[in-house]
Amino acid sequence: MAELDLKEIGVRGVNAALQASPVGSNEQDWLINNPMGQHAIACGLDAPLKVKIAGHVGFYCGGMNQQAAITIQGHAGVGVAENMMSGQVWVTGSASDSAGATAHGGLLVIEGNASSRCGISMKGIDIVVGGSVGHMSGFMAQSGHLVVCGDAGDALGDSIYEAILFLRGKVSSLGADCIEKEMRPEHLVKLAELLDAAGIDKNPASFRRYGSARALYNFDIDNVDAY
Amino acid sequence: MAGGIVTTPTRFGWVLVIAHNSSFAAVAALPAPLLSMHAEDTTMCGIVGLYLKDRTLQASLGALFAPMLIEMTDRGPDSAGFAIYRDPVGENQTKFTLACDDPETDWQALDTDMEKALACNARMDVQGDHAVVVTDAAAMAAQAWLAESRPLVRIVGSGRSIEIFKQTGLPKDVAEQFKLASAKGSHAIGHTRMATESAVTTAGSHPFATGLDLCLVHNGSLSNHNHLRRKLERDGIVFQTENDTEVAAGFMTWELRQGRSLHQALEAGLMELDGFYTFCVGTADGFAVVRDPIACKHAVLAETESWVAMATEYRAIAHLPGADAARIWEPEPHRIYTWGHVH
Repeated sequence: MAELDLKEIGVRGVNAALQASPVGSNEQDWLINNPMGQHAIACGLDAPLKVKIAGHVGFYCGGMNQQAAITIQGHAGVGVAENMMSGQVWVTGSASDSAGATAHGGLLVIEGNASSRCGISMKGIDIVVGGSVGHMSGFMAQSGHLVVCGDAGDALGDSIYEAILFLRGKVSSLGADCIEKEMRPEHLVKLAELLDAAGIDKNPASFRRYGSARALYNFDIDNVDAY
Repeated sequence: MAGGIVTTPTRFGWVLVIAHNSSFAAVAALPAPLLSMHAEDTTMCGIVGLYLKDRTLQASLGALFAPMLIEMTDRGPDSAGFAIYRDPVGENQTKFTLACDDPETDWQALDTDMEKALACNARMDVQGDHAVVVTDAAAMAAQAWLAESRPLVRIVGSGRSIEIFKQTGLPKDVAEQFKLASAKGSHAIGHTRMATESAVTTAGSHPFATGLDLCLVHNGSLSNHNHLRRKLERDGIVFQTENDTEVAAGFMTWELRQGRSLHQALEAGLMELDGFYTFCVGTADGFAVVRDPIACKHAVLAETESWVAMATEYRAIAHLPGADAARIWEPEPHRIYTWGHVH
């Protein structure tokens, strides 16, 4: 395992080293020490690396990730794994707002809580949160899955498109056009798969599914005041 | 406004915004007109707070706190300020922090004149262009005398333990000017400013005093500050600047004067102040943190056995002893967090 000291070489040094890692080389396992809450650590990776970050990170950690498996041993700041395309980002602590924002693919696991706007505008990512999520989570979520083992704050799934939300706890309130939907067998299968991937031992049948009522898909003159 | 964003399906406006800002989800949550109006300050200004639970750390308050302030330089390079709580004065004394833009200010003469005019004792400690005066004169009489005989001198803070220092310039220069790194004390809050709503001046810098031993720092922008300022001016609150945060401070001052507790005043603030904000309020024995209902102004809290810290970004906290193992969380919107005895 190759080690990098962020305090010594800075964020640019760390990211340059990770991004330059040759495909198929032995340098696939990385440990980043002293992250010091800095922003944009391990961003823009595009190789099947394993990156472990020993400590709390700042904003946008693992942003735009492709292929790499990034583990944050601690708290993640705003926008963790934002715009991820593939691969995996795993947070052992909690995450600040907009976790997994606009991400197209891959798996984001947050063992603790995620703050507001978790999965905002998600476009295909799967997000599993061991704890609860804050207000406006799944806002305008377009596709992918958001699994929440705890509770959800206000306006869950506001203006949601075709993303699927699974919630085990209580929801403070549902956002516009978000409704509870029937949990069909294929949903239980998918949910079991996601919980398994996140190493969470919970019965899929104890979750409820939420999604779009599709009432805002087409222009309706009765809604004109709302636009 | 807050409720409008949460519940109104203005989908088509938002789609457009997101298409152009796919990496900034917090910004994407705003409708287009707000985005253009507040684009620069949706990410800027830095606030920090540190409360020492372990009294043995009090000798190094400044040494721990100064790097927090300086780490937030990227968020606010225009000016910086901090309130430090230390050396509480006696029951019958008041500590004033004064500032004057005139570099020729004769602080010693002020001290002598004040003693003579009010038949009191006054002890003066000059720090940069600020001076801390401890006097046994009645607080109201001292204020009235200052306003009358030294109209250019501003009272920056007052109470029994609070001292407030603020100045334009880089946070590291401000910290140095007021010898922050060597300061001892129980707790401190600070601010690095990137001005958006009013001019870059010392008077427009944070913290703003809101009453005895109370002050406020703010990250964000208020949209109804002109309306509130006019209302508060009618109620007798005097403002020194055009700054929006000063209005929030004035609002708090007015609420507290009505006999409300700090908690009640903050609750009233959540109802009346419209805009984006994370506030940190310094009190005689701790601090409070509150965020608006949308909560897109960043904030993070960290707590260990020895201290509680608040910052706009965790990197300002990362250097504190034991931060790696601290409990770290993001304060929830519309909820008042307090440390110390806040009533």
